[in-house]
Amino acid sequence: MINFSLKQLAAQLAAKKISSRELTQSYLSRIEQLNPDLNAFITVDAEKSLMQADAADKLLAAGQGGALTGIPVAQKDIFCAQGWRTTCGSKMLGNFIAPYDASVIERFNAAGAVNLGKTNMDEFAMGSSNETSYFGQVKNPWDKLAVPGGSSGGSAAAVAARLCPAATGTDTGGSIRQPAALTGITGIKPTYGVVSRYGMIAFASSLDQGGPMAKSAEDCALLLNTMAGFDSRDSTSLDRPVEDYARDLAQPLAGLKIGLPKEYFAEGLASDVAQTIEAAIAEYKKLGAQVVEISLPNTQLSIPVYYVLAPAEASSNLARYDGVRYGYRAPEYKDLTDMYKKTRAQGFGAEVKRRILIGTYVLSAGYYDAYYLKAQKLRRLIAQDFTDAFKLCDVIMGPTTPTTAFNLGEKSDDPVSMYLSDIYTIAVNLAGLPGMSIPVGFGANKRPVGLQIIGNYFAEAKMLNVAHQYQQATDWHQRMPEGI
Amino acid sequence: MEWEVVIGLEVHAQLSTQSKIFSGAATAYGAAPNTQACAVDLALPGVLPVMNKGATERAIKFGLAVGAKINRTSVFARKNYFYPDLPKGYQISQFELPVVEGGSIAIQVGDVEKTIRITRAHLEEDAGKSLHEDFHGMTGIDLNRASTPLLEIVSEPDLRGSAEAVAYAKTLHSLVQYLDICDGNMQEGSFRCDANVSVRPMGTDKLGTRCEIKNLNSFRFLERAVEYEVARQIEIIEAGGKIAQETRLYDSDKDETRSMRSKEEAFDYRYFPDPDLLPMKISEAMIDEIKKTLPELPQAKHARFMREFGLSSYDASVLTASKSIAAYFEQVVSQVGAAQAKAAANWVMGDLAGALKRDSLEIAHSPVSSERLASLVKRIVDNTISSKIAKEIFEAMWQGEGDADAIIAAKGLKQITDSGAIEKIIDDIIAANPDQLAQYRSGKDKLFSFFIGQAMKATQGKANPQQLNDLLKKKLAG
Repeated sequence: MINFSLKQLAAQLAAKKISSRELTQSYLSRIEQLNPDLNAFITVDAEKSLMQADAADKLLAAGQGGALTGIPVAQKDIFCAQGWRTTCGSKMLGNFIAPYDASVIERFNAAGAVNLGKTNMDEFAMGSSNETSYFGQVKNPWDKLAVPGGSSGGSAAAVAARLCPAATGTDTGGSIRQPAALTGITGIKPTYGVVSRYGMIAFASSLDQGGPMAKSAEDCALLLNTMAGFDSRDSTSLDRPVEDYARDLAQPLAGLKIGLPKEYFAEGLASDVAQTIEAAIAEYKKLGAQVVEISLPNTQLSIPVYYVLAPAEASSNLARYDGVRYGYRAPEYKDLTDMYKKTRAQGFGAEVKRRILIGTYVLSAGYYDAYYLKAQKLRRLIAQDFTDAFKLCDVIMGPTTPTTAFNLGEKSDDPVSMYLSDIYTIAVNLAGLPGMSIPVGFGANKRPVGLQIIGNYFAEAKMLNVAHQYQQATDWHQRMPEGI
Repeated sequence: MEWEVVIGLEVHAQLSTQSKIFSGAATAYGAAPNTQACAVDLALPGVLPVMNKGATERAIKFGLAVGAKINRTSVFARKNYFYPDLPKGYQISQFELPVVEGGSIAIQVGDVEKTIRITRAHLEEDAGKSLHEDFHGMTGIDLNRASTPLLEIVSEPDLRGSAEAVAYAKTLHSLVQYLDICDGNMQEGSFRCDANVSVRPMGTDKLGTRCEIKNLNSFRFLERAVEYEVARQIEIIEAGGKIAQETRLYDSDKDETRSMRSKEEAFDYRYFPDPDLLPMKISEAMIDEIKKTLPELPQAKHARFMREFGLSSYDASVLTASKSIAAYFEQVVSQVGAAQAKAAANWVMGDLAGALKRDSLEIAHSPVSSERLASLVKRIVDNTISSKIAKEIFEAMWQGEGDADAIIAAKGLKQITDSGAIEKIIDDIIAANPDQLAQYRSGKDKLFSFFIGQAMKATQGKANPQQLNDLLKKKLAG
């Protein structure tokens, strides 16, 4: 059953072949068994999860179940869930029990889904390997020497190891797509504004977007149906008609125009990844798609632009962690300033501090124009690249990452090399576009390779259709790591 | 050397919305600490601000009233600094693109009218409060006030002394209440100002180095702080020193300003557009709607009072200084008629204002309603009572003894206008005072008032003064 799609699980539940309690319990048992090694979860609370499962079973018994009723979903520990410890991967919030539900959590609760636990992540979502988590690194289920990617590394590893049927992630510069690629699962970052950010702990507000991570595009579509929607509590949430993201899954791909950005197939792309991506494109041609070469000329600017804007916003977003009202406070201090300094020195990890420092610097008087304003201008150029490209194609495809998963510890002392692993994903956030990653094979080291699909604004249903058709024709998404 | 004083004011007016500027929590004053602070106000992880449209509408109303430009797009920015009562570590304010730009306000100092230019007015949230007492060496934080909406109104440095600064602040204070966008309660901090003060040799153009005096929450403190600061600056410069640009605090107990932080210690606020709030768009339709709700403004009312009621500029100024006084006055006039407006004005500005001041009451809580004051004026006009008796009746009304007619009846204060009755009283007095009569007739005119006094005493003041005067003159002449 661990390979069942959400649709299949819902059918089992509806047919009373299994109860939500049994299903939840079976995943809790898998977590108990496998998580000590993988470290994909920060918090598991069987009692809370099973209470929700029992409530779901009542709904199911009354015939009131929906697509996700009774289905356990692991939640990235960036979403506040009432009564749950919500750490954001940081010592700063190591003792923080959220007193309210994030919009995303509310929506899953309303759908009758079961919160299976809170997954590990890079501290405050800052990282590409899950190694910055205060709660320890997460292992890639495909190869325990490898990172699972980040920042949604715990969710990715949990789905890949079948510790949960589905999970949530957030993506600021690739944090859903990159770990999805490195762990061989499917994940989608919607258009900015489609999923409410209310209750999703902010890293870089203008870039952060929540989204689903699961085994298949079809599962992601069902999850997105629950997660997406207007929320008046988030001013950047878009008030659009409700969509069924699964509506176009079955559409044939004949005539689909795929744009391949030449910059994504240039220097820096590992040859094994390149070959795997080319094979996937060949499969799309078989499905009736046409390929056009396009150009995203400002791709090389996306990393410097991102590493000005994201830290700038983060330096301000993280100012609230001051030891005054909640969270960590240094045990000893002389006065107020000393309390601030010690609390933040002890409560934040090195990568978070690095980004707060960068962000504080680029916003400082005398530097603002040269860094922040300049980066904002370039951000518009990067977005314009995509607008131009979508005049020539329906979707853009390329590798999600330049290499397969790197080894744990390999890049943790080299931040710039770590930052470069997000070269293909970051521009999508800067433009606010939807992007996804699907598994399309394995590299030379037997580690998964992800194909990135980038759509135009609000083209999620189209992208999910494109991904689903590929998954109908191939079985990469059904492969499982050994030993789980 | 003669010095010119240059002052610019930054006024913080708390906007009168029911809920906060970025959250749904109530803004009511005086609740138990932290009972009106929701998750957003507490800056819990993950919360987001949502703009309160009511605050925007009030800002627009102000902009329209001072003839300013309403920016169709304005931007909220984060002002970053650490302070325990600033929960997010930044204040959401407006920096580069405020909602209101330009405009001006006319002020009156003595007989001189002067126009003060407004630089800008922007929306922002208030911080919480740090409580330093009652916590045994620790500091308490009350976040009830956090995220309360403020309109910061910044003037150009057009004010030339404490009198102009106070006149400007008072005019603004009256205007925001006229517009019904701020309750103007200075004790509760709903209206407070910072003063930027500098001096320069008279006749020069270059501005001197300024000091900013923070958080002046009464007109008197504003006046005192400016005067102290001006004297301090002149003394330093005349002794050969230089003014250091700094932020200062006014200590009302010691009546002095003292340094809070120097320019070098000033924060770098690292302003940048708040990514949680989209640029605020204001439509023409919204502006048109708000235009329709604009009340008659003090200047227009002033002119109308002079025109319609024949009042002097001074009377019109006093009566339009506050919206509630003007409304009270107009209610009285509507009952006694425009012809009696001057009499009504005298009562409102005289006995009523005096009694309110004596008992520290706002006109809204006056024990004498406008209907009752009108009933009193009517009785004076129709000669039922004299002005003198009216004062006694007013006092009785103030004590809650009923309306004018009831008091006149109960106390028998109806004026004596029967000539026969008055003549009889005069005859009796003349008969009882032959010596005084003789002296008067031999040329001691001053004794006339003696006879008036006797007659008033005999009638308990109820004799119609004019009639008494005329009849007495006739009788004394023989």
